[in-house]
Amino acid sequence: MGSIVLDKVQKKFGDVEVIPPLDLEINDGEFVVFVGPSGCGKSTLLRMIAGLEDLTAGKVNIDDNDVTEVSPAKRGLSMVFQSYALYPHMTVRKNIAFPMRMAKVPQDVQDAKIEAAAKSLNLADYLDRKPGQLSGGQRQRVAIGRAIVREPSAFLFDEPLSNLDAALRVGMRLEIMELHTKLKTTMIYVTHDQVEAMTMADKIVVLQAGVIEQVGSPLELYHTPRNKFVAGFIGSPKMNLIEGEEASKHDATTIGIRPEHVSVSTTEGMWKGTVGVAEHLGSDTFIHVHNTGLDTGEGDLFTVRISGDIAVSHGDTVYLTPQMDQLHKFDAQGLRIA
Amino acid sequence: MAIVATTSRFSKIAWPTLAWVVALIFFFPIFYMVLTSFKTDADAVKPEFLFSFTPTLENYANMTENYDYWRFATNSVITSVLATLFALAVGVPCAYAMAFNPSRATKDVLMWMLSTKMLPAAAVLYPMTFLTKNVFGVFDTHFLVILVLCLINLPIVIWMLFTYFKDIPKDIIEAGKMDGLTTWGEVKEILIPLAWGGIVSTALLTFIFCWNEAYWTVRLTTIDAATLSKLIEGNRAPEGLFFGRLSAVSTAAVGPIIVLGWFCQKQLVSGLTFGAVK
Repeated sequence: MGSIVLDKVQKKFGDVEVIPPLDLEINDGEFVVFVGPSGCGKSTLLRMIAGLEDLTAGKVNIDDNDVTEVSPAKRGLSMVFQSYALYPHMTVRKNIAFPMRMAKVPQDVQDAKIEAAAKSLNLADYLDRKPGQLSGGQRQRVAIGRAIVREPSAFLFDEPLSNLDAALRVGMRLEIMELHTKLKTTMIYVTHDQVEAMTMADKIVVLQAGVIEQVGSPLELYHTPRNKFVAGFIGSPKMNLIEGEEASKHDATTIGIRPEHVSVSTTEGMWKGTVGVAEHLGSDTFIHVHNTGLDTGEGDLFTVRISGDIAVSHGDTVYLTPQMDQLHKFDAQGLRIA
Repeated sequence: MAIVATTSRFSKIAWPTLAWVVALIFFFPIFYMVLTSFKTDADAVKPEFLFSFTPTLENYANMTENYDYWRFATNSVITSVLATLFALAVGVPCAYAMAFNPSRATKDVLMWMLSTKMLPAAAVLYPMTFLTKNVFGVFDTHFLVILVLCLINLPIVIWMLFTYFKDIPKDIIEAGKMDGLTTWGEVKEILIPLAWGGIVSTALLTFIFCWNEAYWTVRLTTIDAATLSKLIEGNRAPEGLFFGRLSAVSTAAVGPIIVLGWFCQKQLVSGLTFGAVK
């Protein structure tokens, strides 16, 4: 079991309110991702669930028990840190055994669990090495191994892949997802990378300045962002947000159109512009178009994503046509107009 | 370093030469002290016997026969070791608290601790003597010497430990918390093993400071708890100019610490630079 309910939790550092009172429900077995820009309070929120950060007000419930005043170890949660936080003076085996040693698990049970964890994480050959002799990816696996053997009711991941290089990150992302499929344990995962959020989550919690902007499945967030912030944050490249005259035509203060929902032509279309930079990725082409006359707030810059390759380069004139059924409309408060 | 390496040949020679000259100037008094300790008191004051003299062990024999060197030495060992241990026992938890659970007052507390080292010892000489002698009756006891040595070194101990502990990532301590460590467990399982080098440096330096301390050990003891500093002090003047004898006592007093320092050079350097050089 691992359902977690946050009841009006609040965090202040001195007079600064980092997290205004906030409610959130996480169901047993869910993979929940907290995502938001740096400093939005997502790590603080995770640490409050872990018990590493005191609450200024509110309650944390795990499996219907109020654990607000319970020490971190007794909450039955495991945490994986961005810095791995392995014990550098202990071997891999001792690192993995550590939480079990603290819980006074019998030695034979410990050994069996270490073997099993090492096997599933490809660490069997490294059990007698110290963390300093391992690569970043291996270290993070050890950290995950240390988390698994406790058989926690939920795993907490605090940006676990940020210190890894891009290729490893994709690999570890898959491993964590497979782990979730296998264990079916609740996982809470903090990241600033919206790609990680989109690919891994059952449920994404988008945070900004300590406030939950939206909670939903990745596709819900993609298709029906509740407000301008979520619209701009989820999706890569970012959604184009247009204000002014063009938006008024649709009875909105702001309209948004994702780069992939715009078609490009060199002969005719709705909006005309000049190609600034064209990024040819082979599978896709990102075209950054200037002088569109659209009020996008970024010097008329408009981004388009075309599947496959298209022969345009700097200085070319292009015509853009949005798919009208994919248009997002927002009012003066930035909220979505249905 | 980089500046030296990239400049002229002159500085390649000049800097090492200067370093040697400075080192020799510093070392000379120690060398002279050891040399004098093998001269008779009469030879010691005659310039013509500066380097050529008949060496004698008389001073050393005299020291153990007449002055009971071993009692002073034992007192020095007992007080220095215990004062160091007590200072660590207080300093480790204190530095741990300040390094991992800092409050807004932490910086001020650290500065305040250091400021106590700015107090001129002579300013409190009278109250210290009066109180220990007439009020508490602990004058010339091991307890008093240990307490005083411990207290005067605590600021340095805490500062050093604090700098070492701060190098340990907070995440590791928090991982320990998640894994079920108590506060004492954090200190025992994580802090001490990880900061072991720093703790040893701190202990060594504190031990040396305790061993060399002279102001209070000379003034707060007479016989029972007197340390080697007191023995040197006692040989200084009353019976005239006994440079040979004085040198022998001094050599025997600083000998152990020089040997200790020689073997622990690396640890000491990192201790004196507060962990800046590793």
